[in-house]
Amino acid sequence: MAAQNMSIIVTKGQLDWAYPPFILSTTAAAMGLEVTMFFTFYGLPLLLKDLKLKMSPLGNPAMKMPMGGGHMGMPNIASMIPGVDAGASAMMKNMMKKKGVATVEELRDLAVESDVRLIACQMTMDLFEYSLDDMIPGIELGGAATYIEVATQSEINLFI
Amino acid sequence: MADQTLDAKGLNCPLPILKAKKALKAMPAGATLEILATDPGSVKDFEAFCRTTGNELVESSTEGDIFRFVLKNTA
Repeated sequence: MAAQNMSIIVTKGQLDWAYPPFILSTTAAAMGLEVTMFFTFYGLPLLLKDLKLKMSPLGNPAMKMPMGGGHMGMPNIASMIPGVDAGASAMMKNMMKKKGVATVEELRDLAVESDVRLIACQMTMDLFEYSLDDMIPGIELGGAATYIEVATQSEINLFI
Repeated sequence: MADQTLDAKGLNCPLPILKAKKALKAMPAGATLEILATDPGSVKDFEAFCRTTGNELVESSTEGDIFRFVLKNTA
């Protein structure tokens, strides 16, 4: 079977949104695809050496946590209270651990291990003042044209 | 009897697939890998994994809460 190619543009860096790109890239690599991930804007911090991922229930009415047999959402105003987002993030991480869901760090390591090509958007690096030293080793820098070239050679192109 | 067994019980998507792939990679062609999982999604996922990679799904069965797969490294 000829190798297929997949690219993913990663634009979101919250704890929850970090999952889909890493789940799909590692699985595609395991299934024999050549995978490239392009990290831009708020997706870029997912390449930082030290991940401190957080999420917020703010503006997300679909986020309902299992609680006492039911599901509970959180009113937007709760996110204004200091510590609530941190608490929600800790709760999510705890729940994931209990359910055998991999950590983002674990999935990222597996992506590196399976030769997923990781490209950091140069413009975003400049914009938010990150340097290559802040990032995990083995990543590349590139711009829109670098991504488009990859996309023209890929059967599957995702924007997350 | 499979040549090797992978205990993926308690792991959620996509870890059973990723760990299976890792194990298969280290095995010679023709060798068989038994995988034990508790993730109900792994049933369809191992079928899809095998169709796409060309590995052979020799067996797929359920014993209680445990899903058992035997894959033959033919990719």
